[in-house]
Amino acid sequence: MLDLHGYGPSIFNGAILTIQLAFLSLLIAVLLGLLGASGKLSSKRPLRWLSTLYTTLIRGVPDLVLMMLIYFGGQIGINAVTDWLYNTSDGAIDIFFQVNPFVAGVATIGFIFGAYMSETFRGAFMAVENGQIEAGKAYGMTGWQVFNRIMFPQMMRHALPGLGNNWQVLLKTTALVSVIGLADMVNLATEAAKTVREPFIFFVPVALVYLALTTVSEWVFRQLKRRYSVGVMEG
Amino acid sequence: MDAILALLENNDIFNPTTLAHYWDGLVNTVQLVFLSLVLGLVLAVPLAIMRTSKKPWINWPVWCFTYVFRGTPLLIQLYMIYYGVTLIDGIQESVFWVIFERAFYPCLIAFTLNTAAYTTEIFRGAIEATPRGEIEAAKAYGMSAAKRMRRIVLPSAFRRAIPAYSNEVVFMLHSSAIASTVTIIDLTGAARDIYARFYAPFQAYIFAALIYLCLTFTIFYIFKQLEKRMLGHLRPR
Repeated sequence: MLDLHGYGPSIFNGAILTIQLAFLSLLIAVLLGLLGASGKLSSKRPLRWLSTLYTTLIRGVPDLVLMMLIYFGGQIGINAVTDWLYNTSDGAIDIFFQVNPFVAGVATIGFIFGAYMSETFRGAFMAVENGQIEAGKAYGMTGWQVFNRIMFPQMMRHALPGLGNNWQVLLKTTALVSVIGLADMVNLATEAAKTVREPFIFFVPVALVYLALTTVSEWVFRQLKRRYSVGVMEG
Repeated sequence: MDAILALLENNDIFNPTTLAHYWDGLVNTVQLVFLSLVLGLVLAVPLAIMRTSKKPWINWPVWCFTYVFRGTPLLIQLYMIYYGVTLIDGIQESVFWVIFERAFYPCLIAFTLNTAAYTTEIFRGAIEATPRGEIEAAKAYGMSAAKRMRRIVLPSAFRRAIPAYSNEVVFMLHSSAIASTVTIIDLTGAARDIYARFYAPFQAYIFAALIYLCLTFTIFYIFKQLEKRMLGHLRPR
């Protein structure tokens, strides 16, 4: 049988961490994506400008560079803020934040994929016919009701393929957090491989876990697509 | 020019030495990305043709290859090739050590295989989207399967693949940042060195990010021009 030299349980914990990381960042990415898409479709120019800047800049820079920037730069930025608070309050406010790699990882991945999600959702919102929204308003629905009952369910059908793609890329991007020192399964496998000097027996199981995750995701998205396409004829 | 020189003299971080370091990083990044894209493209064309085959023993191995390389992170693939090769017993005494001594080649192999897998699937989609009538017409002219592929299917498939392929090129540029994790001084590696030297993460990484941004826009611009030339007949008028 596979001999992991006693590293099995810790790599398993790393896998759990990877999954937590992926789901939390997905949550942030979807929220930011909805915000970004509404910004892009907004009638207010500053909002449009801001969300276009966000999606263009983020999608033009490698994930790893952004992660380094947020992880290393974030600590200095927070220190500057807490120092300023300490000095202006004459020492009354004395707080210290340590940027923890997990939070930095979730924030960064969520922030990056929020930009990709914005583009996906923007296209999907535009695919919902204007008449539907007008009909909703004519029924006296509030803005939130129109969004929740009319836009969102119809938008999701158009957004699902893009959403599925983004999720697959996000899942694989989580491997990068190993570089900023977070003990995910890649990080633990690398440590083990260097110690035992047997790279394949550690990297192959990790690769298989990723493969399993992407395969399951694909299946889930196929089911979701069926669910959201109810009542739509496809030629 | 004077303004630039004055700026260079008035800050501690961006002096000629560090700028030269960034330049070396940029050269490494461009070299790595360009070579892996060219090699990946060369591999992807025959693989895509095999992937569209109806014979399972031709189709299936290629499917396995793209499935594994698209389903796992590039970082893992890089680590497997980099650590996997360098930790093999006796490799350091063998003739192959000349190639694997520098991290450059393991990295190039990993990037090439990864982009080849994605490009294969892009081309497969483009080949399968060939209008049926074109193939029937080619058959009616008595063209052999090879000639049909060469003259009819591939030229139009390449054109159709351009938009998706431009995304893959940018994706590869961004993925190449992980080369810095296996001791290669690429653009990200240079930024990390300068961050470590001056403890100035914002300046060090934002400077690198701006260069990446310029590269990304350049790639998009080139592909837009290419699309205009090659896909002009498909533009809505």
